[in-house]
Amino acid sequence: MNRVRSDLLLLFVVGFCMFFSHAFSDLVISRLDRRIDLSSQVVRTVVSLKVENNGPDSVSEILLPFPEHVAKDLAFLEAFVSEGKGKTKGSSDSLPIKVVNPEGMPSALSWYSVSLPKELGKGGNLNLEVKAVYSHILRPFPEKITQADIQLVAFQDGAHYLSPYAVKVQSLTVKLPEPKVESYTKLGNTKFSGSEIKYGPYENLPPFSYSPIVVHYVSNKPFAVARNLVREIEISHWGNVQITENYDLVHAGAEIKGEFSRLDYQTRPHVRGASAFRNLLAKLPARAHSIYYRDEIGNISTSNVYSDSAKTLLEIEPRYPMFGGWRTAFTIGYGLPLQDFLFQSEGKRFLNISFGCPMSDVVVENLTVKIVLPEGSNDISVSVPFPVKQSQETKFSHLDMVGRPVTVLEKINAVPEHNQYFQVYYRFSNISLLTEPLMLIFGFFLFFVACVIYTHADLTISKSSASYLAKLQWDEVQSTIQQFQSIMNRSLIVHDKLEASLRDLSRTGDVQTCKAARKAADTLLKELSKEVKPLLSFLQSSSQAAQILPKVEELVTKERELQEKLMLKHSTVVDAYEKKSSGGRDIENRVASVQQKITLLRQEVDDLLEIIDEI
Amino acid sequence: MSEPETSQSTALRHAFGNVLSFFILLLIGVLAFSIRLFSVIKYESVIHEFDPYFNYRVTQFLIKNGVYDFWNWFDDRTWYPLGRVIGGTVYPGLTLTAGALWRIFHSLNIPLSVETVCVFTAPIFSAFASWAAYLLTKEVKGTGAGLTAAVLLSMVPSYISRSVAGSYDNEAVAIFALIFTFYLYIKTLNTGSLFYATLNAIAYFYMVCSWGGYTFIINLIPMHVLLCIVTGRYSPRLYIAYAPLVVLGTLLASLVPVVGFNAVMTSEHFASFLVFIIIHVVALVYYIKGILTPQMFKVAVTLVVSVGLIVCCAALAVLIALVASSPTKGWSGRSLSLLDPTYASKYIPIIASVSEHQPPTWPSYFMDINVLAFLVPAGIIACFMPLSDASTFAVLYIVTSVYFSGVMVRLMLVLAPAACIMSGIALSEAFDVFTRSIKFQLLGATQSPQVNKAGDTNSVAKNDVVKTEISEDSLKERPSRKNKKKEKENIEKASSVSRIEKASLVSRIEKRLLVLPLEASVVAILLLVLLGAFYVVHCVWAAAEAYSAPSIVLTTRSNNGLHVFDDFREAYAWLSHNTEVDDKVASWWDYGYQTTAMANRTVIVDNNTWNNTHIATVGTAMSSPEKAAWEIFNSLDVKYVLVVFGGFVGYPSDDINKFLWMVRIGGGVFPHIKEPDYLRDGQYRIDSQATPTMLNSLMYKLSYYRFVETDGRGFDRVRNTEIGKKHFKLTHFEEVFTTHHWMVRLYKLKPPRNRIRGKTKKSKSVSGSIINQLCHAVHVYYCETCSVTLT
Repeated sequence: MNRVRSDLLLLFVVGFCMFFSHAFSDLVISRLDRRIDLSSQVVRTVVSLKVENNGPDSVSEILLPFPEHVAKDLAFLEAFVSEGKGKTKGSSDSLPIKVVNPEGMPSALSWYSVSLPKELGKGGNLNLEVKAVYSHILRPFPEKITQADIQLVAFQDGAHYLSPYAVKVQSLTVKLPEPKVESYTKLGNTKFSGSEIKYGPYENLPPFSYSPIVVHYVSNKPFAVARNLVREIEISHWGNVQITENYDLVHAGAEIKGEFSRLDYQTRPHVRGASAFRNLLAKLPARAHSIYYRDEIGNISTSNVYSDSAKTLLEIEPRYPMFGGWRTAFTIGYGLPLQDFLFQSEGKRFLNISFGCPMSDVVVENLTVKIVLPEGSNDISVSVPFPVKQSQETKFSHLDMVGRPVTVLEKINAVPEHNQYFQVYYRFSNISLLTEPLMLIFGFFLFFVACVIYTHADLTISKSSASYLAKLQWDEVQSTIQQFQSIMNRSLIVHDKLEASLRDLSRTGDVQTCKAARKAADTLLKELSKEVKPLLSFLQSSSQAAQILPKVEELVTKERELQEKLMLKHSTVVDAYEKKSSGGRDIENRVASVQQKITLLRQEVDDLLEIIDEI
Repeated sequence: MSEPETSQSTALRHAFGNVLSFFILLLIGVLAFSIRLFSVIKYESVIHEFDPYFNYRVTQFLIKNGVYDFWNWFDDRTWYPLGRVIGGTVYPGLTLTAGALWRIFHSLNIPLSVETVCVFTAPIFSAFASWAAYLLTKEVKGTGAGLTAAVLLSMVPSYISRSVAGSYDNEAVAIFALIFTFYLYIKTLNTGSLFYATLNAIAYFYMVCSWGGYTFIINLIPMHVLLCIVTGRYSPRLYIAYAPLVVLGTLLASLVPVVGFNAVMTSEHFASFLVFIIIHVVALVYYIKGILTPQMFKVAVTLVVSVGLIVCCAALAVLIALVASSPTKGWSGRSLSLLDPTYASKYIPIIASVSEHQPPTWPSYFMDINVLAFLVPAGIIACFMPLSDASTFAVLYIVTSVYFSGVMVRLMLVLAPAACIMSGIALSEAFDVFTRSIKFQLLGATQSPQVNKAGDTNSVAKNDVVKTEISEDSLKERPSRKNKKKEKENIEKASSVSRIEKASLVSRIEKRLLVLPLEASVVAILLLVLLGAFYVVHCVWAAAEAYSAPSIVLTTRSNNGLHVFDDFREAYAWLSHNTEVDDKVASWWDYGYQTTAMANRTVIVDNNTWNNTHIATVGTAMSSPEKAAWEIFNSLDVKYVLVVFGGFVGYPSDDINKFLWMVRIGGGVFPHIKEPDYLRDGQYRIDSQATPTMLNSLMYKLSYYRFVETDGRGFDRVRNTEIGKKHFKLTHFEEVFTTHHWMVRLYKLKPPRNRIRGKTKKSKSVSGSIINQLCHAVHVYYCETCSVTLT
């Protein structure tokens, strides 16, 4: 209970400063209702005040002081003018708030000033609503509990609203998560009913009146605190916004001591593990796709996605139940359709996307939002509805040449209230989209050109070396042999034609055409043999061809022989037909011996061709 | 048909054949890569098993700190308090390869994570391995066989088992290096080019960097060289293929820190040096034979042989004496267990305790190489007709690898490429024979009616068409064959040309004789296709079902879909986030690599089983009663103890099932742990019949602590019995975490009690002996403890 003592000290300080408070006494708060919501780890207070100006001068701003130990946990502060009463409060836009240091005030207080939309004249009044959210103000007490214990939390504040102005009537309502309270400070006019504690109404309090209260109550709500959260929002103009969030999470409630027994936890999870939390719920935008949930050692399989047209709910479960003081780290990522978040105005594009963590009930101590714009974006400006630290860096990703501009926004103590839309304006020309595909195409083109050049280039270093010359010669020999082979094949085809003409003859009996065919074949063969001569002489002169030459020569002689035999056969058959003697069988008999030789020769020629071929 | 067109179309077909085989190879690469992605699709992109986690961690270190820090890395997070010199004890090939890949991607600004690169290294290299197999088989038997072998290798289950996406292990890269080294050796042998010989040495260097299996290369190649010399196939090409490899290769190999002087000091390498000497002698003999007359030569031979024999005998005697004087005879334990399969189980329980060091069973052959097992003999026969230098190498490779695979399951991996090459040759030869005989039959069928139906007008036109087609076909066959030989012949010298020519002539004549009936060959082709189809189905099944489980995530199918057991990572994540950075975690060595990589905590022992005593210490602690165990662990500065327990969900490979190995290994060093104490009548049991030593051992207690409260009677679903000792309390340990399915249980050592006067004497006498032994085991570190306790 050291803290309570320090608060008493503070009380003296506050009492001390009451002497200086006359400067503000022109304003009077005629009515003040304060509601403190303790139902989660984030403490939300809503103060509705009715301000009256009793002084002669018109007032344009109202001061809100916060004790320093509270101010350091103040995560979010918002004030707006409320019109009307009850539930039809049409709250206008939030009013601008700035930090001020009024002179003569002790440093134990932090001051904020709210600028009013219009000056408050003499006798005028105004309904104001101030919403403040604190992140780490709840203290688990005791600080260490066993698995079976329930978690108790202490909360301290003043029963009276700390105000530099006199307050006529004020009241305070504290809302608890469960109707179980260990102890609470009892002052006059204190009521405890259900899960609410009511203080007040108190009347006619002077400025800076302070009376501390402590509420010690049961809270088994998850105390999920992200020590660090890095959100990376990467825009691709091909149609995707990719969001990656790296969490470094801790259960900031009462730490577990002693054993953790899985058995107890499994048999009675709500009793032996009441303070632990099992899962977290992230509310992602509608049409989120490709959602993943993993940590540095791989995918975490315990997650579920529920989606409808308005939102996508991602329920994730850490690898192990989170007891007090236990930590974990994980990454979630998802893609969003570009057209839902990227718009154009006045030639500029702007991204409109929410700032904070998508999980309800998670407090982020250090939130870093990185917006990665496509390569070639320029003229970047950011508009965020609350103050953030801003810087620029460059990121290199797929095939970047100059890097993508990254805007880094940093925020300390982010609460769900910070989950507001912010805008990033930039210019980007569509032509830049094509650079990377073109680069790829060009790269591959160059590669193929290089391949073509390599295959056609002669990279020999020494053009006069023996092996190189031999290779050149050998290439020549090969090409000659190839030519030679094609000639041989052609002459074989001519042979086939001759045979075919003979068959025609046997069918039609047309001797003249057959003769003509022979004549044509004869001339063709002669031409071919002429063609062979230079090739042969080349081969004879070339030293490289020494091993093939005998085969080639053999082939030539064999082919010639075959040619002769064929001619012989042809002429005999034709003669026989001319004489019209003795029919088919006789002819066959006569030709038979020749035919035998022909088939034999043909076979040999074929073999030789194949051998040469294999060389 | 006009004449110039034919030559043009030959060239065109020639080019077409090249393009076609290029695209086939490309598709083979894609197939090899994508068949290994089942694990990513079915599970996730994650590192598998145990060793890959270590490699992954080393890669992370390499990428973060650079190569020089990597060489000098002394890892103080394992083998506490000894530490381990990672840079000098690891084969760096895989790590450097992945690191280089990562560098390349990042220099192109492609932001892949280290994990992604590591996960996909193995599939990428299996594509490379398929291409290497193509090249090797092409050198042996031509393009057709090469393509077939590449297809087979791209999906052989044995290799898939070690190279699925995420299986980031040395073998993934090493198999590629192995095949590629063999290819370059054969290429050098066929061409006699020094360029390829140099490349060969570099490929060998890469293999040495990657895997301890490089000794297979450095023994197989000398064997082949020796075989060639003995069978009279010595040629200058053989000399060029071998001599530079030994000289350059040994120099390069000794650059790798983990090999170092082993490259010249251990017996595994002696074969290569011996053959190196022999080949020089043979070369000299051939040279002398060339310059001397035959009579002079004979005289010289008798002179040299008689002198040489004496010298050789003397040298051999010295060598044998030297080798015999060393206790392991100069061979490392793992290599010895290759030569003598019973060696490991006799002397090194650590080697024997690893399941992949056991001899394989017959079904595992069928599982791992499937139909290839039947095709291999056919391939060997095909290699003998005609027998060339390259095909003798292929035969030698298959024969030796079959032997080695019979010794150790793990070496099935070396057999797989050989089996693929052989089967590729067999299949391609078979298809060759069948298609040729079909072609022959068709040719014969069209020619015979031609004679008979000479008078028929209709048939002639048709015949012509058929005939031209056939001639086209025969033309088509020619260029392909020519193509295959062309490059080779370009550089080769006269002698080889004439020999191959002769050989091909012989084979062609044989071919002409080997013509099968049409129906038989059609049926045979269909059957072969069916066999191939079976193989493909089996491979896809093996890749999808058998080998793609990452083993850190388990799944079961139940009525309401897939159930995931992610307990290991749950425990490791808990350790990494909720304990101090310097806390030491004790567990059985299996989980050491994963703990250091995933939980980033210091471990006492890990999967690199370099220090038997240290492992025995942990084994002793696990098999001791709680108090003694606490003292051992406390002396090792251990804060957490991790046990794996499968009894709750029925996960069979848990610590209770491995417990006997802990006892054995522990008892091997600390004789007060006796195996019979843990066995009831020679049977290992944990029920009420179990021995009290067993029931009081730390492992039993940590596994079954409060287990009885889950179902009231403590029914172990792995052992299918009720446990023996049900209700007990832990006095020196406290449970700090148990995972969702109880598969991993973490205990914390309780802080030492305040000293109570009366009890100190008793504990001293019990623990004194143990600690005394520890001091002898790990000399330096415990002497202080020792003196404190004993005085």
